[in-house]
Amino acid sequence: MPAFSCAFPGCRRDLLVIVLVVFVGIGLPIEASAPAYQSHGTEGSYLTNVTNTKKAFPVLAVNYKHVRQPFEIALWILLALLMKLGFHLIPRLSGVVPESCLLIVVGLLVGGLIKVIGEEPPVLDSQLFFLCLLPPIILDAGYFLPIRPFTENVGTILVFAVIGTLWNTFFMGGLLYALCQIESVGLGGVDLLACLLFGSIVSAVDPVAVLAVFEEIHINELVHILVFGESLLNDAVTVVLYNLFEEFAKVGTVTVLDVFLGVVCFFVVSLGGVLVGAIYGFLAAFTSRFTSHTRVIEPLFVFLYSYMAYLSSEMFHLSGIMALIVCGVVMRPYVEANISHKSYTTIKYFLKMWSSVSETLIFIFLGVSTVAGPHAWNWTFVITTVILCLVSRVLGVIGLTFIINKFRIVKLTKKDQFIVAYGGLRGAIAFSLGYLLSNRHQMRNLFLTAIITVIFFTVFVQGMTIRPLVELLAVKKKKESKPSINEEIHTEFLNHLLTGVEGVCGHYGHYHWKEKLNRFNKTYVKRWLIAGENFKEPELIAFYRKMELKQAIMMVESGQLPSALPSTISMQNIQPRAIPRVSKKREEEIRRILRSNLQNNKQKMRSRSYSRHTLFDADEEDNVSEVRLRKTKMEMERRVSVMERRMSHYLTVPANRESPRPGVRRVRFESDNQVFSADSVPTVHFEQPSPPSTPDAVSLEEEVPKRPSLEADIEGPRGNASDNHQGELDYQRLARCLSDPGPNKDKEEDDPFMSC
Amino acid sequence: MGSRASSLLREEEIEEIKKETGFSHSQITRLYSRFTSLDKGENGTLGREDFQRIPELAINPLGDRIINAFFPEGEDQVNFRGFMRTLAHFRPIEDNEKNKDPTASEPLNSRINKLLFAFQLYDLDRDDKISRDELLQVLRMMVGVNISDEQLGSIADRTIQEADQNGDNSISFNEFIKVLEKVDVEQKMSIRFLH
Repeated sequence: MPAFSCAFPGCRRDLLVIVLVVFVGIGLPIEASAPAYQSHGTEGSYLTNVTNTKKAFPVLAVNYKHVRQPFEIALWILLALLMKLGFHLIPRLSGVVPESCLLIVVGLLVGGLIKVIGEEPPVLDSQLFFLCLLPPIILDAGYFLPIRPFTENVGTILVFAVIGTLWNTFFMGGLLYALCQIESVGLGGVDLLACLLFGSIVSAVDPVAVLAVFEEIHINELVHILVFGESLLNDAVTVVLYNLFEEFAKVGTVTVLDVFLGVVCFFVVSLGGVLVGAIYGFLAAFTSRFTSHTRVIEPLFVFLYSYMAYLSSEMFHLSGIMALIVCGVVMRPYVEANISHKSYTTIKYFLKMWSSVSETLIFIFLGVSTVAGPHAWNWTFVITTVILCLVSRVLGVIGLTFIINKFRIVKLTKKDQFIVAYGGLRGAIAFSLGYLLSNRHQMRNLFLTAIITVIFFTVFVQGMTIRPLVELLAVKKKKESKPSINEEIHTEFLNHLLTGVEGVCGHYGHYHWKEKLNRFNKTYVKRWLIAGENFKEPELIAFYRKMELKQAIMMVESGQLPSALPSTISMQNIQPRAIPRVSKKREEEIRRILRSNLQNNKQKMRSRSYSRHTLFDADEEDNVSEVRLRKTKMEMERRVSVMERRMSHYLTVPANRESPRPGVRRVRFESDNQVFSADSVPTVHFEQPSPPSTPDAVSLEEEVPKRPSLEADIEGPRGNASDNHQGELDYQRLARCLSDPGPNKDKEEDDPFMSC
Repeated sequence: MGSRASSLLREEEIEEIKKETGFSHSQITRLYSRFTSLDKGENGTLGREDFQRIPELAINPLGDRIINAFFPEGEDQVNFRGFMRTLAHFRPIEDNEKNKDPTASEPLNSRINKLLFAFQLYDLDRDDKISRDELLQVLRMMVGVNISDEQLGSIADRTIQEADQNGDNSISFNEFIKVLEKVDVEQKMSIRFLH
């Protein structure tokens, strides 16, 4: 999206238009039709009016109803983004208070404002939330989910998500019910199922809140993926429990069969969601295989297939969040192998943009809804809820970690446990689920109030204090590291090693199954889903290529790449020319050809770099690479000049020739120049030369016939170079033999540009 | 001690292995039954062909090197002690071990020893450096035959350049350790089975 680099006001305009189009396009299920029909109605009546009484033609007229819907939506979004902008302009504020808190406060203010005016502030409509605001955030999270840490810890994450949430629900629900039984509280009408329902709503860790807060504290990868993964995967549990308890609350009684069905339902919901996501993921990957001619719409496929996955699973009451995550995870490796670089950037930025807007809107609406919603305050209930949330979370984490650590290689330390427990934030999903409760429940308002209080507490108190606590406890932070080819290679090496050792032990463990999956992927899946010949490319090579590309582009963009880009590609690409005699004129021509070829390939290199756009961080500068490039450039310049000098030296043969065997010298000369490359064209130097301009040339010509025999001495069976072209090849082979001793650093250094 | 013809493992031998490698009693017996199942010749030692019979090693790109790692310098047979000694490198690191007596020799499964084991798989000629050629060989084994030499060469160069600090155009053990400091070696080089 080039919009991001353009001028400031233009940026927002584009952004607004796009978001507007998206929102209108998705078709918000809000009271959309009403105003539209209304405006048509008025127009119709207006027309009939005109025929009856001739009025003056209105030059300027206001028809607000016509644009009301989109206008209000656009206004809200604009407001949200301006607020976000404002926070980041105030330097100290964003460092102390997490953005989510500030946005909620803004929402409260706006809600208060609207109420003061006398209007009804809009409430966070559940349908709007679940169908429009939540999917972008989840897709963004799922598409960019770090796979390696996730799969390494998937067992722990699942235990926390499933068992942790179940524990929270029952603990809280049970204790709240016990509380309600106490006469003094005055909540005698609340039955067990209602309490359990409430427990299920409020016990789930919220991905939006977790993302918003954890993004700013840069905690180490392990804890981050634990909390975040848990927040994503507990959706299945929440969906099942919520639906279950709602059904039971309607009926009023629970039988053993119902409980059993509930458990079955859980598996159906989660596995079904995964299946739906996987199907759409593969569809998306397969589609992307054919998009090489229609690059512009590639990102749309990614977005639409994911959204369809979400909607399809919501349709069947399966876990939409899990479907979305699985869809993103499944399609990513194949789609990225197929799409262009620009599309990749587009996808990345659109996802970030949408999720950012969604998150902002969610928090603001939370604030507004707080002001708007009907409240029923009961001190005991609300305070107990908040305390119980904390207590059950802490107990749950400690208990589960104790069990989990028996199975983990890298144990969870006390600090990790603390952050996992403290980072269990509740958010907008809980609110929306509460809002969805039908008005049948007489406790609905009370529940809503309690939920909002819990959300506020976790987001404000826990969100604000988690950063100083992290600093205080000196919890390990995320290690910022550049992609390193060393790490890639050695990690892959270790993977193979461990797989092998597992084989020796006869143990079918983690590495064994990972290897099996990889092999299956490589032989069967990749060839169907990846376009062209790319499916054969090993991961290491793809990684290396991307890394080099990024660096080359970065260097070009930062203007460090010198104009005289060295490149032995020029040497290798020059067609061997058959030049029988080298006259002075020829000498000039040769020089010119060499120069122009060097120039050509410089152009080619530059255009190749510019043809792909990428966005990178400023701190990806690799000084070593830069220095290497400069060094190479200098080397090349030096060598070009040396070559030229030698050429002139050779062609204008100097008076004192010590060696009686110029043939040998010639050979040496050639082998010196072989430093360029084995296939190079210094054949130019080795034609049957006879510069007639110098007296010594005569001696050279005399030597000429000796050459074949000399050749024969140096390199065994070799036909006489009768044909010049043949002679060139022979010389090349000879040269290669002589210069073969081994790794030639200079030669290889230029290859990165070739492999780009 | 040496090779034993009998297929029973004596208590004192278990104790010795326990002390040397840190495995528990049950683990040693478990691995001993694996050892005997691999030992088709029933002579108490394993030869290379016994390892090559393992299907996972046959398809593993580093299969040969792994097999070689089990055999001490120049020998063709490995007994149970040697087998356990090599496998000890892959034992997960226990928390309580970190506080052990610092004057005692480093246990086989410490981070340094794990890295040393991996390093020696690269460094075949044991000159304490991974040269460009050695790196190229490993890369070639891992990526297969479709990639050209030049490309592989440039990857190797880039790798050495990233890691090399003293400018000798090869990766020494210290440079190797430094490069892998961000990788969680304790987890990456441990097998849960041996827990």
